[in-house]
Amino acid sequence: MPVRVQTEDFDVGAEIAALRRGDPAIGAIASFIGLVRDVNEGDRVSEMTLEHYPGMTERALEQIVAQAKSRWNVLEALVVHRVGCLRPLDQIVLVIVAGAHRGEAFAACEFIMDYLKTQAPFWKKEQTSQGARWVDARSTDDRAAERWSS
Amino acid sequence: MDNSNLVQGLPGTNQVATVNVLYFARLKEALGRGAEQVVLPAGPASVASLREYLRARGGVWESELATTRAVRAAVNQDMASNDTPLRPGDEVAFFPPVTGG
Repeated sequence: MPVRVQTEDFDVGAEIAALRRGDPAIGAIASFIGLVRDVNEGDRVSEMTLEHYPGMTERALEQIVAQAKSRWNVLEALVVHRVGCLRPLDQIVLVIVAGAHRGEAFAACEFIMDYLKTQAPFWKKEQTSQGARWVDARSTDDRAAERWSS
Repeated sequence: MDNSNLVQGLPGTNQVATVNVLYFARLKEALGRGAEQVVLPAGPASVASLREYLRARGGVWESELATTRAVRAAVNQDMASNDTPLRPGDEVAFFPPVTGG
């Protein structure tokens, strides 16, 4: 399975080792790790809860990975996204892309994150010094995803 | 979700179209529920007509599902648009724009 949604943390090194195991065609691996910050929109964040749509979220992620594989010569790809209660410093999301060369690995990794941000059903609610609030979607994320369709 | 109990009315009676509606994140909180079965009014149904039907409940339904609010929809776990048609037994989800990653 190239996608996983889980409450548990992930080990980046172990995931990369598993993805590249025994494949001498892989010449480049690009990865992205998203982390919980302790501040958002000027307010301290103490905790964050991530909600998803079981079933649809996994499908959406699989479709995004499939699109990346159809656009670039990607040999292997993995997306791991955590849900539930997270705190500053915690890892949220991991994307790993393996290819023959760095260009396609970098591009496909960025494409997967840009599409995940705008199309995969996840929602963040943060506990801040100003109380609990749902995080608003950002127009900069929409523009980042739109780059790939021009 | 198990849709096997959904019936389309008894023979000889008017057909009843029931859809399973899910709400997520801010919408689930504001509307006070995460899922319900909704019996659609007679006639062709779409995401827009279901949203309008729910809005007619008034109160938070009217404000949260107002056309000016950014609300996304999915039908059977695929992103949908306002004019996506609905069939009996469909799973329809309403949610705010996504904020993962």
